[in-house]
Amino acid sequence: MSIRNIDSFTHTRGESIYLDDIPVIAGTLYAAVFGSPVAHGRILKLDLAEASAMEGVVRIFTYKDVPGKNQIGGIVPDEPLLAEDIVDFNGMPVALVVAESQEIAHAAVKKIRIDIEQHEIITDPRVAQSKGQLLVPPRKFKIGDSDTAFKQCRFVFEGIAETNGQEHLYIETQGAYAVPAENNAIKVYSSTQGPTAVQKHMAAVLGIPMHRVEIDTTRLGGGFGGKEDQATAWAVFCALAAWHLKKPVKYSLHRMEDMRMTGKRNPYSSDFKIGLDEHLKIIAYEATFYQNGGAAADLSPAVLERTLFHCTNSYYIPNVTATAYSCKTNLPPNTAFRGFGGPQGMFVIEAAIAKAAEALGVTASEIQQKNLVKTGDEFPYGQKMVSEAAECWDKAISLYDVQELKNDIAVFNASNSLYKKGISFMPICFGISFTKILMNQARALVHVYMDGSVNLSTGAVEMGQGVNTKMLQVAATVFSISPDKVKLSSTNTYRIANTSPSAASATADLNGKAVQIACEQILERLKASAAEQLNCNVSAIEIKEEAVLVNGRPSGLSWNELVLSSYLKRVNLSEHGHYATPGIHFDNTIEKGHPFAYHVYGSAVTTVTVDCIRGTYEIDAVKLVHDFGTTMNPLIDRGQIEGGLVQGIGWMTMEEIVFDAEGRLRSNALSTYKVPDIYSVPKELDIHFLETSNDNLAIFRSKAVGEPPLMYGIGTYFALRNAVKAFNPSSDIGFSAPMTPEKVLMGLYSKKENK
Amino acid sequence: MVQFILNEQEIKTNVSPGLTMLDFIRYNRHLTGTKIGCREGDCGACTILVGELKNGRLSYSSATSCLMPIANAHGKHIVTIEGINLDTLNAVQQAFAEEGATQCGFCTPGFIVSLTGFCINEATPSYDKAIDAMNGNICRCTGYKSIERAAATVSNTMQQRNGTSALQFAVDNRMIPAYFLGIESRLAALLNNAVKQEATGKKYVGGGTDLYVQQHDTIVDEPLNFLYDKSELKGISRHGNTCVMGSATTVTDIAESKIFKDHFKELPAYIKLVSSTQIRNMATIAGNFTNASPIGDFTIFFLALDARISMVNGETKREIFLKDFYKGYKSLDKQPGEIIEKIMFELPSATDLFNFEKVCKRTNLDIASVNSAVCLKMQDENTIATASLSAGGVGPVPMYLAKSSAFLLGKRVTAALIHELTDIVQSEISPISDARGTEAYKRLLLSQLIKAHFIKLFPALPLEHVMYV
Repeated sequence: MSIRNIDSFTHTRGESIYLDDIPVIAGTLYAAVFGSPVAHGRILKLDLAEASAMEGVVRIFTYKDVPGKNQIGGIVPDEPLLAEDIVDFNGMPVALVVAESQEIAHAAVKKIRIDIEQHEIITDPRVAQSKGQLLVPPRKFKIGDSDTAFKQCRFVFEGIAETNGQEHLYIETQGAYAVPAENNAIKVYSSTQGPTAVQKHMAAVLGIPMHRVEIDTTRLGGGFGGKEDQATAWAVFCALAAWHLKKPVKYSLHRMEDMRMTGKRNPYSSDFKIGLDEHLKIIAYEATFYQNGGAAADLSPAVLERTLFHCTNSYYIPNVTATAYSCKTNLPPNTAFRGFGGPQGMFVIEAAIAKAAEALGVTASEIQQKNLVKTGDEFPYGQKMVSEAAECWDKAISLYDVQELKNDIAVFNASNSLYKKGISFMPICFGISFTKILMNQARALVHVYMDGSVNLSTGAVEMGQGVNTKMLQVAATVFSISPDKVKLSSTNTYRIANTSPSAASATADLNGKAVQIACEQILERLKASAAEQLNCNVSAIEIKEEAVLVNGRPSGLSWNELVLSSYLKRVNLSEHGHYATPGIHFDNTIEKGHPFAYHVYGSAVTTVTVDCIRGTYEIDAVKLVHDFGTTMNPLIDRGQIEGGLVQGIGWMTMEEIVFDAEGRLRSNALSTYKVPDIYSVPKELDIHFLETSNDNLAIFRSKAVGEPPLMYGIGTYFALRNAVKAFNPSSDIGFSAPMTPEKVLMGLYSKKENK
Repeated sequence: MVQFILNEQEIKTNVSPGLTMLDFIRYNRHLTGTKIGCREGDCGACTILVGELKNGRLSYSSATSCLMPIANAHGKHIVTIEGINLDTLNAVQQAFAEEGATQCGFCTPGFIVSLTGFCINEATPSYDKAIDAMNGNICRCTGYKSIERAAATVSNTMQQRNGTSALQFAVDNRMIPAYFLGIESRLAALLNNAVKQEATGKKYVGGGTDLYVQQHDTIVDEPLNFLYDKSELKGISRHGNTCVMGSATTVTDIAESKIFKDHFKELPAYIKLVSSTQIRNMATIAGNFTNASPIGDFTIFFLALDARISMVNGETKREIFLKDFYKGYKSLDKQPGEIIEKIMFELPSATDLFNFEKVCKRTNLDIASVNSAVCLKMQDENTIATASLSAGGVGPVPMYLAKSSAFLLGKRVTAALIHELTDIVQSEISPISDARGTEAYKRLLLSQLIKAHFIKLFPALPLEHVMYV
C-alpha cells in the first residue's frame, strides 16, 4: 500500500496548524530572551531597569525566579535554563522578557544592559582538548590490535579531516505556547521532537510532578534533530512565565534569535591513520575525533558515540582503534542533526581512503569495493553484520553503467580545460536503534469507536518525515480497513507517557510496532466476538477490506456492524500497545555489544562539473541504490532519500557556519547561511529501490529511512575534490568540508603550475 | 488609509502604512497559511501574489510579504494561499500532493502561491519558467525533486493554454477560484473611489527589500514616504542611444524590457544570478544604488555602463555620475530629502561588448562574494577603444575600476594584456575577509572574473590559458 502523506490536503491549502498558527487566547503575553552578548565570562551586573519600565513590559525573569531546578541538561546536568553568574556562549539566555506584544518584548530585550568580565574564549575543539576542557570522559572503540597491525602494513597514510557544523534551518523556527491550567497544572504546545523531554525538564524547573505538565505537539515545520533537545528551553521559558503570571505566554523565535541561540551539527576535526596491504585490503585504522560540543553536553556525548559506531562506515577493518573527545567550547551547545555523528565519522574514513588512493595512484572506489563489509564480519563494537553492502555496490555499478560513466568523464576532462568533471562512490552503512538501549521503547493508544472509526495516538512526532502516515497504514493494514477510517491525534504526554524523542530514524519502527501490537489485540477481541456471533471457530474468522470472512467466504457481517455489536456486548475496543526492541544490548564498560536492530545499506555514484575559471560547480547526477528491506510507502521513502541526500549535499558544499574568534555567529541569517535552493540540487537523481530479503526488525520489514540518505551527500565532496585534482593534480587541497566555491577555487590554483 | 482587495474581500485599513503585509495577513486578518520563515525575503514561505492594473490590464507578480509595506498594496489585489483554495485541492495543490512534494508542509503554501503566479502569468509557459517562479522558495525537506515533478505536471497542463487569457485558463483548469475574473473591474472601481494616500514621512522606502531586512524592528512605526508606486518614477524609455529609467524601476521591469533585451543579449543569464523572482518583482534599481552595498549587483552592472543619476530635492535637481555617488562605506553624495529620480546611460551598440559576472556560495539567490561588469567599445574586432570596468565585494563601496579602465584604452586584447590588467585591478582593490570569503579568495576570484569577461567576450581569441594564474 502506498498512500500520500495524510497531511498533504491541509499542507497544500495552508490549513495545517503549526505552533504560530494556534489561535491565541485573549490576554496572551509574549516572551523574548536576552542572550549574553559575550561568549565567556562572569556577569558583574545585570541592569533591567530601563527595559522593565517600558510600557507593555509585564515582567522580566532571571534564574532567581526558577521555583525548582535551574537546569535543562539532557544527558549531563550542565546546562542552566538561565545563566547564573557565568555565561559560556554568545546568546546564552540570561533574562526572559514578557510583554504584551512580541514587538515590545523584542524592543525591551534591546534595553537590557549587562556588564561581563570576559574570560578566555575557546572555539576550537583541539584547543579545548589540550586544556582538558571535555564535556564527558573520552571514549575508545577497539578491535584487533592496530599498533601491531600497522607494522605489517605495506602502505600507511596519515592525515587530518575536518567537517564544519550545519544549521538545521527547519523553516519553522523554535517556539512554544504555554497555557496555565487549574490546580497548578500547565498545558504547553511545543514545537518539539521530544515531548517527554520537555515535560520532564519543565516539571523539574517548576518543581511540580510530571503529571501536571501536558505537552501537546501536532506537527513541526521541520526538525532534523534541531528540536530533539533544543526545543526544551523555549517551552520551559513560556511555562515559567505562565506559571508565575497565570497568563498564557507564547514565544515563536525570530530566525536570527534561533540561529544565534541554538546549537547545530557538531563540527569535528579528526586525525586518521590507515594501513593497507599490497592487495589494497585495509588492515589497520586509527582515528581520533575532536568533537566541538559547544558550551554544554546537550546530546553531544551520544553523537560522539555514534561517530565511533560508524567510524568504519561500510568497511570491514580487522584492527581499529578509534578515540573520541567531546570538547567543551564557547559556542551554543551543539546537538543532534540527521545522522547524529555518523556522517562525521564516515567522512574521516572516506578521507583516509581518498588519501591512500591518491598516493597509490588507484581510484578510491577500488579500495572501497575491496573492503566492503560481508555478512558475519564483526564491527569494532562487537556486532556481527548482516550485510547488503556488496549487493548495493554491485547493483549500482551494473545498473548505472559506471564503466561508461568513468570513460565519458575521462574523455571530457582530456578535451576540456575550462571545465572538469569528477566522480565518486559513496557506500553507506547505518545502524538503526537508539544507541541508548532504554530509549528503544514506544507506546500507542488505539481507540475503535462504536461507529467503526479509529483514533490513533503514538509517541511519534510528525515533522514531515511522514511517520503519521505510516502509523495510519499500520492500523489500516492490521484491521484491513480503509485509511479514511483512521485518524491520527496529536502527540500528547497525557495520552502517551514516557516517550522517546522522534529521532534515530527509529520512530516509525518503534511506534509502528506499538500500533501493530495494540491493533492486533483489539483485532483478536473482535474476531472472538465475530466467532461468537457467527457460531464458528475464531480460527475461521478473518477481516478483509472491512468484511468479516468465515473460512475465506463473506459472512455478511461488515467491520462497522462487528464493531457496534462488539461494543454492545461490552467488548473492550481500546488498547494501549507497548513495544521494546528485542535482542539489542551494549556494555559501555567494554564498548561491545549488539546495539542495532539492523543496518541500512546503500551506494551512491555522484558526478559533478567544476567551472575552473570561477570555482563554481554543478552536481550533474547522483545515482543510488538503497536498501529498503521492503518499503511500506515508496512515495514517502523516496522523499526521505531525496531530501536527506540534498541536505547532505548542502552540508558538504555551500552550508558554511562562520563563528569569529569571539564566538559570534557571523552566518546568522538566511542571507549569510545558504542551504540548497531549487537550482542547486543534482540535475539527475536516480534511486533504485533494492528489496532485500534478510530478516529485520523494521515495521513490516520496511527499513528506517530518515537519516541514512544524508550520508550519500558525502559523495559530492569527493566528486568535487576529484574534479579539482583533475585540473590541478598537485593541488594541496586538504580534507575540509564544506567544499565551498572558495575552497574549490583556492584548490584549483594552489601550487598550480603555469602552462 | 490603505485600500486593497485581500483575496475576495475589500480592505480599508488605518494600520501603520509601514506594517509588513505579512504581519497584517497573519495577525490582523488571522490568515495563517502565509508562513514566517526568515523575515528577510530569503525563504519565500510568506510569498503572496500582487495583482495590479497596468494600463488598465490586471497582471500578477509574486512578492515576499515580509518585506512589503502595506502601503505598497494600495489599489492592488493581494492573494494569499487562502485566496486560491477551492472546495477540493486545486490543480497545483493536487500535483504537489500526488508527487509527495510536501513533507513538513511549512514551506508548501509559499511554493503553491509562487507556482500559481506562474500559472496566471501571461508569458508563454514553460517548465523552466515554472521552476523559475519558485526560485525564491526554500524547502528543507524534499530536496526539490518532487517539487520539480509537480511543476512538470502543472507545466504540462499550461502547455494547452494557447490563446486563452491566463486567468480564464487558470479558472477553467481549476487552478484558481472564479472570483479572480471579477478582480480587474473591482480594482478599477476601487482606484476610482479610493482616497489617494499622501505620504509625508522623511524616510523613503522603495520596494522595501533592503530597508525591511536591515530595520525590520524599527521601520514599521517610522514616518515613511513610499516611492514604489509613484508613476513619475516608473518607466524605461529610449532617447537616441540614451536609455532613461525611472528610479522605481524594478529588476523585473528590466528583465521584461524590450530595450534591455535588445541591447543585452545575455540579460536572462545575468538576471538569473540576481536574487529571486519575488525579490526582483519588488526591488528597485535606485534602492539598490542607495543601499550602497559594496556588492549590489545592479550597482556593479550600471557602473560598467558609466550611468548617470538625476537627483531631486523639491525644486532642486542635479545630475551626477553613479561612480561619484559613493563616498565611503555606506556614505553617499546625497542630501537629506534628496531622492534619485532617473537613471541614464548609453545603450551598448551592436559592436560594444558587455558582460556581468557574479560568484557566491550558492549560485542563485545569494549575495555575491565578488561581482564584476565590463563594457568595451571597440576600435576594431580585437582592439579596445574605451573600457569601463566595475567590481563589487572588493572595497568599501561598489567600485568603478578607473585605473584599470583607463589602462585598456586603445589596447589590443591578448593574453599578456589580461595578465597586466589583473595586476592593475589588484592594485585598485582592498577586499576584507568576512562571511563571504577571505581576502585572498576575493582577490583571486576577481582576477578570475576579469579573465572570464575576456574569455567570454572574445571567443575567437586563444585566451583559455589566461585562466592559469
